Amino acid sequence: MSEVFEFLYVNREMLFIVALSVLLGIEVISHVPAVLHTPLMSGANAIHGVVIVGAIIVMGHAHSTSAIVLGFFAVILGTLNVVGGFVVTDRMLEMFRKKPGKK
Amino acid sequence: MNTIHEVIKTLRFTEGQSLLELIYLIASVLFVFGLKMLSKPDTAKKGNLWAAFGMSFAIVGTILFHRVDGEPIRHIPLILLAFAIGATAGWIIARRVKMTAMPQLVSLFNGMGGACAALIALMEFPHIDAAGGVPYGQLITIMPGVMIGTVSFTGSMIAFGKLNGNIGDLRTKALRPVNILLLMIMLSLIVWVMVRPDVHADGHIGAWPVYLLLGLSAIYGVLFVMPIGGADMPVVISLLNSFTGLAAAFGGFLYHNQAMLTGGILVGSAGTILTVLMCNAMNRSLINVIAGAFGGGGAPQTKEAGTVKEISVNDTAVLLAYSKKVIVVPGYGLAVAQAQHLCNEMVKLLEEHGVEVQFAIHPVAGRMPGHMNVLLAEADVPYDKLKEMDEINPELPNTDVVVVIGANDVVNPAAEDDPSSPIYGMPIIRAHTARNIIVMKRGMGKGYADIENFLFYDPKTRMLFGNAKDSLQKLIEEIKNL
Repeated sequence: MSEVFEFLYVNREMLFIVALSVLLGIEVISHVPAVLHTPLMSGANAIHGVVIVGAIIVMGHAHSTSAIVLGFFAVILGTLNVVGGFVVTDRMLEMFRKKPGKK
Repeated sequence: MNTIHEVIKTLRFTEGQSLLELIYLIASVLFVFGLKMLSKPDTAKKGNLWAAFGMSFAIVGTILFHRVDGEPIRHIPLILLAFAIGATAGWIIARRVKMTAMPQLVSLFNGMGGACAALIALMEFPHIDAAGGVPYGQLITIMPGVMIGTVSFTGSMIAFGKLNGNIGDLRTKALRPVNILLLMIMLSLIVWVMVRPDVHADGHIGAWPVYLLLGLSAIYGVLFVMPIGGADMPVVISLLNSFTGLAAAFGGFLYHNQAMLTGGILVGSAGTILTVLMCNAMNRSLINVIAGAFGGGGAPQTKEAGTVKEISVNDTAVLLAYSKKVIVVPGYGLAVAQAQHLCNEMVKLLEEHGVEVQFAIHPVAGRMPGHMNVLLAEADVPYDKLKEMDEINPELPNTDVVVVIGANDVVNPAAEDDPSSPIYGMPIIRAHTARNIIVMKRGMGKGYADIENFLFYDPKTRMLFGNAKDSLQKLIEEIKNL
């Protein structure tokens, strides 16, 4: 049981961030019109590509060859997620641009 | 008082590291603003750019300033090479793919993120140092990271294959107990590693449970998505999207990295809400979707099907051109035939004849909520002509002709009057209340829910068989000749 408390104590600030981010995420998108569901999902998809930061950290502090190889793949996968995600979202939204005066 | 091993060490830092935290803060703020702007039509494009800007900030900052015990990021040329490969491939795929294939693409990129998260967690596991006591904090972030990331990866790949038409549905109820059992085993494995870790003499923890968890999660991801019907795929992709967000957040916990944490959690919670919104649009509970009730159903058909009546292109043209009010209900068939431009052309022609035309968009028309809006916007259909289901339904009884193009389940009256139907209770566009209905369809095939549509047998309904593109082309010619 003490391990649980230890974990909670060490990570108290992180847990605050988690709780507030959850509420923020809900609040930020709760009024989205159905029109934007697909682009929003795609945009959110790109944002979780932030996992690439972890891939860079792993790769950057790798010491064995196998770790370097795996890290290399992790960075490629993460980049695909980030770049592909943002470009696709942009392409979807490109099509909304010409629409005339939306209230 | 308890002592904590993890924090009893001197914290060394450089100005760069301090700067990096500031960069992460800015990136997190940009993610929030980006997401907020993405949820409004006017600012969506800018929002996407802001989020992308935040992301590049976080990436560059990490490469330049990240330190572990004063050691900078190494292998930078290799990292840049991997980055170049991923960026080029991602850019090309994202630019080249057809608009109809968007949902698959989102699923594919989501799977990549999941795999990335799983790989990171997998590589961190051997680094765990349990010599001075088991670091539960690391275990509880690594194990679920592997599990969620892998489920998200294989699940997304199956969803991709299904939407692409490579993989069919596996409609069996037998999978349900198997899946529940598998989930139980995976969760107990995580608990087991926490409670009784296999600590070696050198302070490392035996890695076999992680590999076992990896294998089981990969299988679970496949079995989880397999029985779910194609019509529910958008919900599944949205769910897997929030899974990947969670996996990224676990990575953030692992590295005490605020950008990964906020980014991941934001997507996790926003994705979950989006999933619920989609379920609401179909009047189905998330549990139902996950249990694969849609695909497993296949309720017996009780009513006599009756006969369908065909209509010629010529008659259709006349009927449309001399109507006062026409409503178009586009569906996936229109998207597949790439006929959205022709559709808009026909609408413009009709308007020249003084016909009032509107589009009725079902929340899940196409394969994803909002997908049809994107497709029609591509064809320059004015935004104010697109009406949502609740807005258009009261107008339908006063409508002369409803033209259903390649849509099926979203106009099936069985959703309202046949309690035995698997789609009973799903809100539909009430096309059957209009004065005349014209259904453009390739053949008498069933829709994604694989059930009979009694709208086609309605006495007011006329069928115009053929590929949507060909039919519209001919129709445009006929209307021009009137």
